[in-house]
Amino acid sequence: MNPKNIWVIFKKDFRSYFNSPIAYIVVVAYLLISGFLFFNQLLIPGGMQEASLRAFFSGLSRFFLIIFSPAITMRLIAEEKGSGTIELLSTLPVSDLEVVVGKFLAAMGLVLVALGLTVTYPITVSLIGSPDLGPIVGGYVGLVLMIGASVALGVMASSWVNSQIAAFILGFFLCLVFFLLHMVLPFFPDSMVGILEYLSFDFHFQGVERGVLDSRNILYYLSLIVFCLIVASESLQRRKWATA
Amino acid sequence: MISVQDIRKSYGSLQALDRVSFEVPAGQILGFLGPNGAGKTTMMKILTTFISPTAGTAKVAGYDVLDDSLEVRRRLGYLPEQCPIYDDVTVYEYLEYVAEARDLPADRLQQRLYRTLELCGLTGRVDQIIGTLSKGYRQRVGLAQAMIHEPDVLILDEPTSGLDPNQIVEIREVIKRIGREKTVILSTHILSEVQATCDRVVIINQGRLIADGTPDDLVRQMGSNDLVVGLKRSGCKLEEARELLGKLPGVVSVGEQRGEEEGTLLLRLGVGGKQDVRPELFRAVVERGWVLLELRRAEHNLEDVFRQLTTGK
Repeated sequence: MNPKNIWVIFKKDFRSYFNSPIAYIVVVAYLLISGFLFFNQLLIPGGMQEASLRAFFSGLSRFFLIIFSPAITMRLIAEEKGSGTIELLSTLPVSDLEVVVGKFLAAMGLVLVALGLTVTYPITVSLIGSPDLGPIVGGYVGLVLMIGASVALGVMASSWVNSQIAAFILGFFLCLVFFLLHMVLPFFPDSMVGILEYLSFDFHFQGVERGVLDSRNILYYLSLIVFCLIVASESLQRRKWATA
Repeated sequence: MISVQDIRKSYGSLQALDRVSFEVPAGQILGFLGPNGAGKTTMMKILTTFISPTAGTAKVAGYDVLDDSLEVRRRLGYLPEQCPIYDDVTVYEYLEYVAEARDLPADRLQQRLYRTLELCGLTGRVDQIIGTLSKGYRQRVGLAQAMIHEPDVLILDEPTSGLDPNQIVEIREVIKRIGREKTVILSTHILSEVQATCDRVVIINQGRLIADGTPDDLVRQMGSNDLVVGLKRSGCKLEEARELLGKLPGVVSVGEQRGEEEGTLLLRLGVGGKQDVRPELFRAVVERGWVLLELRRAEHNLEDVFRQLTTGK
């Protein structure tokens, strides 16, 4: 992989996010929702009224990220395939994996912009109280990793279809499976619970959220990301042998 | 520069290309001709590494399209059919993106970019969003992205489709200028385009290569001994003329030829074999006391060749 090629793809896709309304809609919607959850907990009488970001890192808050991830990845490859621009993209001297990685990073770039704007929450909290920094840093690291995995799932879904809507639904479904897996464990035989629990987002988020950066959790997210990107790159290769 | 050997491509049960072979030396403009669905686009997609052949080998600048796909792509410029380029960026942003992806060094990039814009007549449109361009300008952007890195080989799939006659002439000029140094393959079903721009023509039909040569060669090969005869109308009736000329040895058919002047009876004689019937014809006409105003070889054009080869008529 040539970093320069990845950079060229990243730059183009990151820039075109801001040429379309999607980026603004997703970022603003995310800030509104996470802001509501955060201030609700902080200020509303009867709420927790504690100086932490617990509500911001809560399952509900993360659920919205799970919706937004496929919304920002849906166009990345599906649109290129649908409109035919994939033909020029794939005949540039850039490998399919470089294309996929560049697009993944562009989506991550947009996510980081949205997350970056939420640093006002920890700043607010530290102005009015003395929060425990461990869970905050851990929570952010956990969020970035979890979004990384859901964005990678979204990129993979986008590489399978030609329409953005199909890419969104497919990506959302995949993310949802990983996100909700820990809730359906009781329905599975004991022998499978261990594996399924290990695959769920939640299982790996809990540890990180407590401020404990366990390399096994990080490894889980990173390997899921690598897996999805390789599958996406392979599915781009498939066009070469397609029979239809 | 380009070498294609026994290429086959099947889509399921459909055989899109069937053992196609040809070579293109450097500096040649090759016209790829065939009816719609003949396999032109498939051949181009294989050469640009977008799809892979089912069997056979194709090489560009000595690199195999399967084994050295990236090396092939580095040496190519490609304009696909329908010109699929991004709508939501400006002309400048798009060309800059292509130039960077094509490894143009930063110090040459600006100069090369403006040179290409100028060559393609896009100078006034630099900051326009591509989605708002007219079809002609859009096509020029497609051409610009294909040649911005000065590739050794340029592959253009119907480069002039959807353009108005003035634009067609301009784009042809651009292609010819490039073709002086670079190898160009262009596909088209506009025959006059091939005659106007190409050094050589390859005709494919139903996935098979059915003709290969210079435009003139093909016309000559196909051209028979057919003659056009012009007789003065006064003193000569059409039926009589048909009868007389039809009896000449070697003449297999007599038909009317359009485009006659006032007072001239124009006939087209189908001549079988290679014999020259002109002396016989002259004598016969004179014997009858008719006046021969015109006698020439019937002109064939590429259109006839094309129709003949692709429909068998």
